[in-house]
Amino acid sequence: MISTLRAAPRYVFLTVFAIFSIFPLYFMAVSATNSSRDVLDSRMIPGDQLFENFAKLVGVQDLGSAMWNSFSVAAGTTLLALFVCSIAGYAFEIFHSKGKDFVMAVLLLAIMIPFAATMVPLFRLFAEVGLVNSLAAVIIPAISTPFLILLFRQASRSFPYEIIEAARIDGVSEFGIFAKIYLPSMRSTMAAAAVITFMTAWNNFLWPKVILVNNDFQTMPMLISNLAAGYVTDYGVLMLAVLLASLPTMVVFLILQRTFAEGITGAIK
Amino acid sequence: MTTTAPPSERTSRRAAPPRGNRTPSDRPWLSGARRRSLTGWGFLLPAALLIMVMSFIPMIQAFVLSLQTGRGANFNFADPLWSNYTRLLDDEIFKLTLQNTFIYLLIQVPIMLIVALVLASVLNSKNLKFKSFWRTAIFLPCAVSLVAYSLVFRTIFANDGFVNDLLLGLSLIDAPINWLGSPETARFVIILGLLWRWTGYNMVFYLAALQNIDHSTIEAAKVDGANALKTFWYVTVPQLKPMILLTAIMSTNGTLQLFDESWALTRGGPAYQTMSMSHYLFEVSFLKNPNFGYASALSYVILILVAILAFIQLKVGDKRD
Repeated sequence: MISTLRAAPRYVFLTVFAIFSIFPLYFMAVSATNSSRDVLDSRMIPGDQLFENFAKLVGVQDLGSAMWNSFSVAAGTTLLALFVCSIAGYAFEIFHSKGKDFVMAVLLLAIMIPFAATMVPLFRLFAEVGLVNSLAAVIIPAISTPFLILLFRQASRSFPYEIIEAARIDGVSEFGIFAKIYLPSMRSTMAAAAVITFMTAWNNFLWPKVILVNNDFQTMPMLISNLAAGYVTDYGVLMLAVLLASLPTMVVFLILQRTFAEGITGAIK
Repeated sequence: MTTTAPPSERTSRRAAPPRGNRTPSDRPWLSGARRRSLTGWGFLLPAALLIMVMSFIPMIQAFVLSLQTGRGANFNFADPLWSNYTRLLDDEIFKLTLQNTFIYLLIQVPIMLIVALVLASVLNSKNLKFKSFWRTAIFLPCAVSLVAYSLVFRTIFANDGFVNDLLLGLSLIDAPINWLGSPETARFVIILGLLWRWTGYNMVFYLAALQNIDHSTIEAAKVDGANALKTFWYVTVPQLKPMILLTAIMSTNGTLQLFDESWALTRGGPAYQTMSMSHYLFEVSFLKNPNFGYASALSYVILILVAILAFIQLKVGDKRD
């Protein structure tokens, strides 16, 4: 009894914070099914306007291509980042040398470079090579990150070196060892890296906005931002678009929550 | 065995000559070790090159650009060289965005880190019920994009939106508050949004760190008669110090680069009163009258602030040891 009483403040605190965390998401989901008028009247129960909102949304915005662009960017970034960063992290640890340690230390400094300080020259670089308004320009700067390299380097620490030596004696090429022996054993690290890269790429806003100058290619964050920029906002439609923009990452999150947590904290172990 | 070996030992083992001298690829003019070292460089080359071309070189170019004036393909060095920087000192909007960014930084980051720390320690207690529910609920906002949640908050805090309806319904206010229309309340909404989005994120770092804490130290404090608060402050917090330092640096870094919330939640308004530095940088770079030289000077202020604040935090973090 006494212990229950003493624990009560904890539960109150957690409940308050959990409501604070969940309410905006509930508001978003419920409002997606209500008309703009109902949203402003704070109708907090699901309505029957979902299909109307959807019809209006696809009437004013090219939802399909925005979804496809966001998906292409997120999937493309994830595949390339996983390959480039895992092989680099592997090399920094397994082919360890003083020179490589130095390079790693230099690369880590890039974590502290704010994107703002590279944005303008990056834009000019992509303009020079004619890649403005291309999804490639959205993907390329996000492929190699010190964070992912570090994550894979840390994970390589626990990879038994004897296996590599044995494979070498068996005549397996160095790339073969990496691709056929190392990578399959790194499943959980790969999953963590994939989840955080996918979510970051899907949600990225500033750089796509800078480099996709005309609206030929629009990502989901750009679509919802444009939708809200009109003088008259239909809140039901807006909340539906926001929900659709959030759904893929929320599904990934709910399924792979633990993996995501490992991903964001993994590189600092 | 390998996992527990100290780094120095493994390093020396790895540097030792390889056993597999019989491999066919091992030719006299290129020894196995040398060959392998080159392979290693080859493996890390794409990643290193990309970071060079996408981060370091642009960073240097931005500095050169910040000393120049011009447009399109015509850029000349300014006279005096630092004129873009001196211009910043007379730019009232820049000063306002600098002030706004620091308001967000000084109010939001400490509150967020303290709340995250308390949440993590509560979630870490042994006999707590529904642990994974609490954890998921509080961590969930991390899945939502910054633009998306900004627009949800914009809707909730609209003039005839939910918050005003609620406060009017409870008779806490007589007339709707124009949340996004006056500087103080608009900044408050941005800070609230940042707390909503990032507290759970930081909590996860503390949870990870708490798992590595030696539980016997906490038991010992309890045996010595320390209450929960004292145990938390004198035993748990000092052991979390490296993680607190890391989250502080990450949050500072993130706040100095704040863009999406300023853009989508308040649009910088009213009248630049909530605009962040990165938002202003975007305006100067790509809207109205693009000025890359001036924009680069502005971006270097952000870069220097990130570096200085990280340095200060590292120094302060060191001292308390």
